[in-house]
Amino acid sequence: MGTISLKNARKAFGDVVIIPGASLDIKNGEFVVFVGPSGCGKSTLLRMIAGLEDLTSGAILIDGKDMTEAAPSKRGLSMVFQSYALYPHMSVRGNISFGLKMAGMPKNEIDAKVAKAAATLNLTEYLDRKPRQLSGGQRQRVAIGRAIVRNPEGFLFDEPLSNLDAALRVNMRLEIMQMHKDLGATMIYVTHDQVEAMTMADRIVVLNRGNIEQVGSPLELYNRPDSLFVAGFIGSPKMNLISGKPAEKFDAQTIGIRPEHLGISLKDGTWPAKISLAEHLGADTFLHVDAGPCGMMTVRAAGEYDAAPGAKIFLTPEPDRIHCFDKDGKAIRK
Amino acid sequence: MATQQTRTLGKLAVSPSVFVLFMWMIVPLAMTIYFSFLRYNLLDPNPVCSLLTPGALLDAENRCLAGFTNYYYFLTDPAFFKAMGNSLKLVGWVLAISVAGGTLLALLLDQPFFGRGFVRIMMIAPFLVMPTVSALVWQNMLMDPVSGFFAFISKSIGLQPIDWFTHHPFAAVVIMVAWQWVPFATLILLTSLQSLDEEQKEAAEMDGTPPLSYFWYIVLPHLIRPMTVVVLIETIFLLNVFAEIYVTGTAGPAGNLPFLVYQYGLIANDIGGASAGGIVAVILANIVAFFLMRMIGKNLEA
Repeated sequence: MGTISLKNARKAFGDVVIIPGASLDIKNGEFVVFVGPSGCGKSTLLRMIAGLEDLTSGAILIDGKDMTEAAPSKRGLSMVFQSYALYPHMSVRGNISFGLKMAGMPKNEIDAKVAKAAATLNLTEYLDRKPRQLSGGQRQRVAIGRAIVRNPEGFLFDEPLSNLDAALRVNMRLEIMQMHKDLGATMIYVTHDQVEAMTMADRIVVLNRGNIEQVGSPLELYNRPDSLFVAGFIGSPKMNLISGKPAEKFDAQTIGIRPEHLGISLKDGTWPAKISLAEHLGADTFLHVDAGPCGMMTVRAAGEYDAAPGAKIFLTPEPDRIHCFDKDGKAIRK
Repeated sequence: MATQQTRTLGKLAVSPSVFVLFMWMIVPLAMTIYFSFLRYNLLDPNPVCSLLTPGALLDAENRCLAGFTNYYYFLTDPAFFKAMGNSLKLVGWVLAISVAGGTLLALLLDQPFFGRGFVRIMMIAPFLVMPTVSALVWQNMLMDPVSGFFAFISKSIGLQPIDWFTHHPFAAVVIMVAWQWVPFATLILLTSLQSLDEEQKEAAEMDGTPPLSYFWYIVLPHLIRPMTVVVLIETIFLLNVFAEIYVTGTAGPAGNLPFLVYQYGLIANDIGGASAGGIVAVILANIVAFFLMRMIGKNLEA
């Protein structure tokens, strides 16, 4: 069983507080993604769970047992590093089997496990190669293989796909999700890419300056963001955030409306706007418009929208898709 | 350097320095080879051969040309085998001590502790001391059986002081030379240790690697290349150790090949013999270098 709980886990270097105190319960078999801008403490939080960083205060429970002081290797977790961190002088086989060898497992058992992991990861023919003779995707697989063979309670991924090119990233994303389904193990995945977070996660943890802003399923975060930060971070293109006069009509400091929730009309609507730029993606067209008192906004038009820069249009928000925020940036629920 | 013209221009531009370097290397070597075939002794009351008598080679009785006699006498001299043995022994011991000691010191200096920056700088100091000075300091201030520091320590714990230069002259030379070369190895190995990937250390930690296994499986393989560099560079310099032996007067038991050449040339004044010895030393150094490259040079490829 691989439940992981953070009890007010805090991390500070002297006066600099990285994580002011994080509490979180991760269920067995869950795929949790930590997401946030760089420097938000998501990697630090992951490394605290792994045991690579000490906690200043608080506790970490893995499988119900207090593991706050336990050595990384005793926590039953495996980690996949951003740089893969393969041992360069060892063959693929050596890399995958190293942890088992250190654990003192008999050789024939190691061989069987390595062979099995290599088969699932399509690495069998590369077992005797050195990491430098492998491509980026293959190195990534070796790093995952090294994590799998230890049969951990949970996997920790620290931005594992950020060194891969875009096409390979989509592939590996699917492979990791497939692996999660097959193994049924708990996985914690750190990324700054909200698309990765949205597509992979059972639950997303949004972090901002070391604080957990919101925890929820991808669609919960998309539909009901708790704060301005989450509203702005989740969703692509970004939610339009409007303050001032238009917001006052909704008794809010700031209102937010996603580009895909704005209706376009040439005749009439709530807000008049002028098109300044159009991005044609084929399936969608994103219009960047100047909406006067509302400022610059992004609007999604389905399909190919024939728009000339300078053309006047009218925008109408879907009323139940408007998000209202108070002056502290907290959502106002009605 | 793409076009034919820039390439020609480039060759033209570097040719003066290539020429100077070539002359600088080849002239002394050529002269040494030339002298090694002459019967050329500075103590000869009626010199027929010298640098200043160009006509000597045309001497009717052919008293000047020695053929391979100089080589024959040098190579059959019992002192030659002893000197060659000492040369190799010295290189071997100092290499072993400086690589092992350098690794341990580098591991120590890689740990965070108070005053690490200062200690690191002080660490390099022995390397900057002139060999002559180092030999004098070791001989008179440290290893002297009466007034030396080691003698003081021995006496203060009730032991008989060791008379290094009488009883263990070779070990004394090895210690002095190793003291100079350990910092070099430490410096190179330390920089290499610092380049060990942080995530690799953490991966090893996640794998539950105990400290000794960590050193053996992760650190040592990472250090093999810099160790190779240390061994190659130190070998070149250690084959030429002279000052320590000359200053401490340990030539009898610890004299090496360079010292033997010195004895031929400047004590016996036999320029021909010394030149032959010099050429032999060059050839031996090349053989050593060849085998070193064969043995460990493949670590440098990749």
